[in-house]
Amino acid sequence: MLRYILRRLAWSVPTLLIVTFLVYLALRIGTDPVASYKRVNPRATRAKVAEYIDVNGLDPNFVQGYFKWLRNFITGEWPRSIKGRREVWPALKDAMANTLRLGTAATVVGIFFGLIAGVMAALRPGGKRDVFINTSAFVGISVPPFISAIMFQLLFAVYWQRWFGESLFPTSGVYPAGHTGFDLFLMLKFMALPTLVVAIQIIATYSRYMRSSLLDVLNSDYMRTARSKGISERRVLIKHGMRNALIPVVTIAALDVGSIVGGLIITENIFSYPGMGLYFLKSFGEGDFPLLMPWMVVIVASVLFFNLIADISYAWLDPRIRLE
Amino acid sequence: MSKQSPNILSPRQMAFRRFVSHRAAVVSCAIISLLTLFVILAPFTARYGVNQSVQGPPNSFLNPRANAWLGTDDIGRDLYSRLIYGVRVSLLIGLASAIISVTLGALVGAVAGFRGGKFDDIMMRVTDLFLAFPFLVTLLVVRNVLGALPWLRPITGDMSSVRFIIVLFGLFGWMGVARIVRGQVLSLKEREFVEAARAVGASRRYIIARHLLPNSVGPIMVALTFSVVGAIIGESTLAFFGYGPQAGDGATSLGILVGAAKGAVQTGYWWLAVFPCLMLIVIALSINFIGDALRDATDPRLDRGV
Repeated sequence: MLRYILRRLAWSVPTLLIVTFLVYLALRIGTDPVASYKRVNPRATRAKVAEYIDVNGLDPNFVQGYFKWLRNFITGEWPRSIKGRREVWPALKDAMANTLRLGTAATVVGIFFGLIAGVMAALRPGGKRDVFINTSAFVGISVPPFISAIMFQLLFAVYWQRWFGESLFPTSGVYPAGHTGFDLFLMLKFMALPTLVVAIQIIATYSRYMRSSLLDVLNSDYMRTARSKGISERRVLIKHGMRNALIPVVTIAALDVGSIVGGLIITENIFSYPGMGLYFLKSFGEGDFPLLMPWMVVIVASVLFFNLIADISYAWLDPRIRLE
Repeated sequence: MSKQSPNILSPRQMAFRRFVSHRAAVVSCAIISLLTLFVILAPFTARYGVNQSVQGPPNSFLNPRANAWLGTDDIGRDLYSRLIYGVRVSLLIGLASAIISVTLGALVGAVAGFRGGKFDDIMMRVTDLFLAFPFLVTLLVVRNVLGALPWLRPITGDMSSVRFIIVLFGLFGWMGVARIVRGQVLSLKEREFVEAARAVGASRRYIIARHLLPNSVGPIMVALTFSVVGAIIGESTLAFFGYGPQAGDGATSLGILVGAAKGAVQTGYWWLAVFPCLMLIVIALSINFIGDALRDATDPRLDRGV
């Protein structure tokens, strides 16, 4: 097991390098960093532009440039953003913290209710409850997040205010303008709608996964064996059913991080929530190469990391998987 | 002469029966057909031109009324007529790019699954990686790269054109399809009839074209429906964030209309937000239902004794 993990870890380093190189290429071709720099700073001197090219590793030779960028990135000499020459790390750190909070809240809520709904649907397949849960989940995955976000804003903020004099939930930001310090209740209130939007997607996806996985398990031979041994139905379900049904779900959960982040990007933008998504769309719109590259590295690394977690958890949970 | 018993059905008839037994899908088929009809007959069904104002000023932000059933937008254009024109463009984008991506994906998937080896490994690695990333990020980056390559210009056209969006989603959507077809081919190629074809000396290309692809029609059809939805929603997403096709002279799309909804929320012009969003939901849901029923219908393992 340990050897397997170490080998996978060792492999993830070259993968990370290759993927970041591809990202570097794509950003250089797609956003033309030097041109964006000149566009944002029209009065930059030639020396300034040369310096910008140098610290960002924007050499005409892509491979050389990449390694130059990599060296600066690893040694912590990160170039500043093209607009306002802001430092990148503080902005990235704040964005990461905010997104982590929103993402964790949505994932916890989503997986919890998703699993419950899935189990409830699978226990009586074809029943009324099953049909209801299944249909709602189907609607949930068909509605793109920005549509539900708009609808929630319209209902809970704008029209709630018209009908009841005060909006139920705020629609943008983390705190009201001018607020300083930490206030848990206020924060939760601001997070409610974005969390709901992301969580709906997760609930819909996971209730379907859980339902089909549990149905597979319930129809398997070892369940019949367990029942015929005379174990109580409850115990059969929890000890034999749930445990085995969760194996594929855990794996999918770890692999799904990309799509959750995708949902977060869209949701954050609509609710002006200052996280990774807003960070990305802003810097992408401006072609801000110094801001974009570290963001990409964080995303690539976390996708690879959760892929690793998926493989490991799969091997660990399912004794039938042999690693060599 | 033996008389055929009436309850023996061909696989196709069985699939049809299973499809019809999916009530939501039948309703969805009716909705999509109706929409298509409406959209094809746009010159007759739309009450105003794409850019035509409903009445003389003041005509902006009128709420739904007799001369503008679904209200008007900021410069007084009829939302009902614009929805028809918008859905027309969106369905075109969905269908055209789905055909490109399914053709590409079916070919790549079939070859990868049939040949196996290095090609298969690399292909699946690449698709896994692409699919693991946040959809919108990959889409935006790929979009910019496609737009920046000058030698692609003759194919893709201008970055803000509908053609560009079609090519983008065509190139983007093949990966999911390739995966599905590959899985199907992997299981098919071990079957006796493929072995028989190989035994009589059929070429690889012949086996793929004559045995493997025709036997994967079910999954390919399912993939097609999901690609259509993917492209329609993708176009709306791009347009929503300002990266979609630009409303040139008169053109509009569902994405452009939904994008305009963003600004209408805070000001309370609910019709501008609700109707385009509802239309998108109805289209996405209907096509998804059709795809779901197709999957049930064409997968013989799921025979529920109909």
